[in-house]
Amino acid sequence: MKLKNLKKLALTGNEAAAYAMKQINPDVVAAYPITPSTEIVQIFSKYVADGEVDTEFVPVESEHSAMSVCIGASAAGARVMTATASQGLALMHEMLYIASSLRLPIVMVVGNRALSAPINIHADHSDAMGSRDSGWMQMFCENPNEVYHTVIMAVKIAEKANLPCMVEMDGFITTHEMEMVETLDDKEVQEFVKKRIPLYSVLNVEEPITIGALDLFDYYFEHKRGQVEAVFKAKKIISEVVKEYNTKFGFNFPDFVEEYETEDAEICVVAMSSAAGTLKEAIDLKRESGIKIGLIRIKTFRPFPYEILRERLRKFKAVGVMDRAETMSTLGGPLSIEIKASLYPLDKKPVIQNFIFGLGGREFSLEDAFHVIEIIENIKKGKKYDDVLYIGIRE
Amino acid sequence: MKKNFISLKELSERNIGLAPGHRACAGCPFPSIVRMVLSASDNPVVVANATGCLEVTSTIFPYSAWPVPWIHSAFENVAATIAGIETAFRVFKKRGIIPENKKINFIAFGGDGATYDIGLQALSGAIERGHNFLYILYDNQAYMNTGIQRSSATPFGANTTTSPAGKVIPGKLQDRKDITEIIAAHGTPYVAQASPSHFYDFISKIRKAFEIKGPKFIAVLSPCVPGWGYRENESIEIAKLAVETCFWPLYEIEHGVYKLTYKPAKKLPVRIWLEKQERFKHLINREELITEIQKKVDEKWERLLNLDGKKIF
Repeated sequence: MKLKNLKKLALTGNEAAAYAMKQINPDVVAAYPITPSTEIVQIFSKYVADGEVDTEFVPVESEHSAMSVCIGASAAGARVMTATASQGLALMHEMLYIASSLRLPIVMVVGNRALSAPINIHADHSDAMGSRDSGWMQMFCENPNEVYHTVIMAVKIAEKANLPCMVEMDGFITTHEMEMVETLDDKEVQEFVKKRIPLYSVLNVEEPITIGALDLFDYYFEHKRGQVEAVFKAKKIISEVVKEYNTKFGFNFPDFVEEYETEDAEICVVAMSSAAGTLKEAIDLKRESGIKIGLIRIKTFRPFPYEILRERLRKFKAVGVMDRAETMSTLGGPLSIEIKASLYPLDKKPVIQNFIFGLGGREFSLEDAFHVIEIIENIKKGKKYDDVLYIGIRE
Repeated sequence: MKKNFISLKELSERNIGLAPGHRACAGCPFPSIVRMVLSASDNPVVVANATGCLEVTSTIFPYSAWPVPWIHSAFENVAATIAGIETAFRVFKKRGIIPENKKINFIAFGGDGATYDIGLQALSGAIERGHNFLYILYDNQAYMNTGIQRSSATPFGANTTTSPAGKVIPGKLQDRKDITEIIAAHGTPYVAQASPSHFYDFISKIRKAFEIKGPKFIAVLSPCVPGWGYRENESIEIAKLAVETCFWPLYEIEHGVYKLTYKPAKKLPVRIWLEKQERFKHLINREELITEIQKKVDEKWERLLNLDGKKIF
């Protein structure tokens, strides 16, 4: 139930992210252009130029410096945001670990894109999966509307958890897809995100502290153990903030997973981001011919909701897991590996079928989604397939 | 009295520097360099430090030798890190979170690896964007922290573990980059070279830099006992000889105007400086190489003499 009439704007994913950033009006944005997320910083720098925000915008000379400026500013106590994609995220890799380990709540919008080589500018999750062990929270959005609201929620989640957070969407598919976005008032956004209360500030000259000291075998392990604990605690924070947001503004955004037609389902498909939209459509159509299939969309991939997935997936006979990335380990995609690990303690568990799809922006069509559903249905009936199937490819 | 004057008495009374117990090698001059920089500031300072000798020897957890706010994040990004801090400071002032009249001097410390090599891009970017900070390069002319590997600051002929003096190759075959000129070419408002041996010259430059808005860069020579190969009590003497031989001229470029801040009464042959150091030992009987080094020193010195007092941008 909507509590009020929201202002509806037709926005692309990039525009939605930039608009949310405008309403948040962060202290510092440091960014470097990269397809397909360039527009976010482009639009945001226009907001700065037009005085619609009073954020300090730092147009850096690389993504490595973008994250380094973010780290410096965040360690000074500032609310800091940025955006990137693909090679940019890869170039930041070193600094991602430092941002999370220094417990800096930086929010970064990522337009997910394939990694080189060969160079490709279109959607897949190779970039995001390369940073899955970096200690960042990672929230994957299905459409521009979800991007807008997740960016706002991410600020609060990150600052409560004192951990950085990526808000991710599929490159071009979502970054450039225009749809109606239900927006809040500037004031509502400001009241929701409030002011950042930093753990520490390097600007505190009265009580100086040392940040980023050399930490050897006698303490490093304890610090890492503490960081893991912070990530565990972040799960509760994510649930609380999403609940608060939904209650306050009358939405029904998922915190960790969204379920679609799972109630009476016998089989299930698990996916993230825009592919879930295609799968929902395919599920509707396949259900008409009697296939009882549901979808679980993972919204928050980091921290990984293994407890929820273990409980929700146990009842199915067969589960298909959609991966828009390869691990090059020969074991399949990252999501399928983690879901298999999540279900391992169960005595009776579903057959897990991994599907790799959409690399480098290869279209995931309705036909492809039908194909996936048919295979899962066949598995339910006892048919065997290779451990990893590649969908929508010339082989 | 000059605006940036400070008496030695006042300076020694301030005496802000690394606390005792840091793990720098015996004889290493950078604790003195840090003390000069921190004590020279009339305002509170915030320090960002690149990965390197200074960082690892001064902050082994749970200890820290730093009496001021200090941050280290990575090797190649100290200029970007301090840029982020300085930006936050500006926005906090703009938004009334920090009073408008609050003054902080933002200082980045980087070694030669962090400055000439891996961090050059971040430094160049931070200067181009005009952040208000002072970059102190403590130049020991090689990757000393990892065990004396050549950097682009390593002078021609120097023996390092990755430019070893062998039977065929006499140490490093390339000249060092002239980092001071590279930074000056950015149109940086204040650029200088200094030496801990000429400490008052160094301190005057630091104080002048703090008075100037925008990016400032001071390259200070930091001789290295194990890396250069000399006795622990000789660091300042070695630094002094680098200046007296004109291998390391003391000068500044303030808003584009060159100024030699020290001219040796008698310019000593570079051989005297080279002979003092193990890293050049293999060159001592190679007269042709010494002549080549002397020629390069002479050319650079002549160039500076010609530029002295001139405005280049």
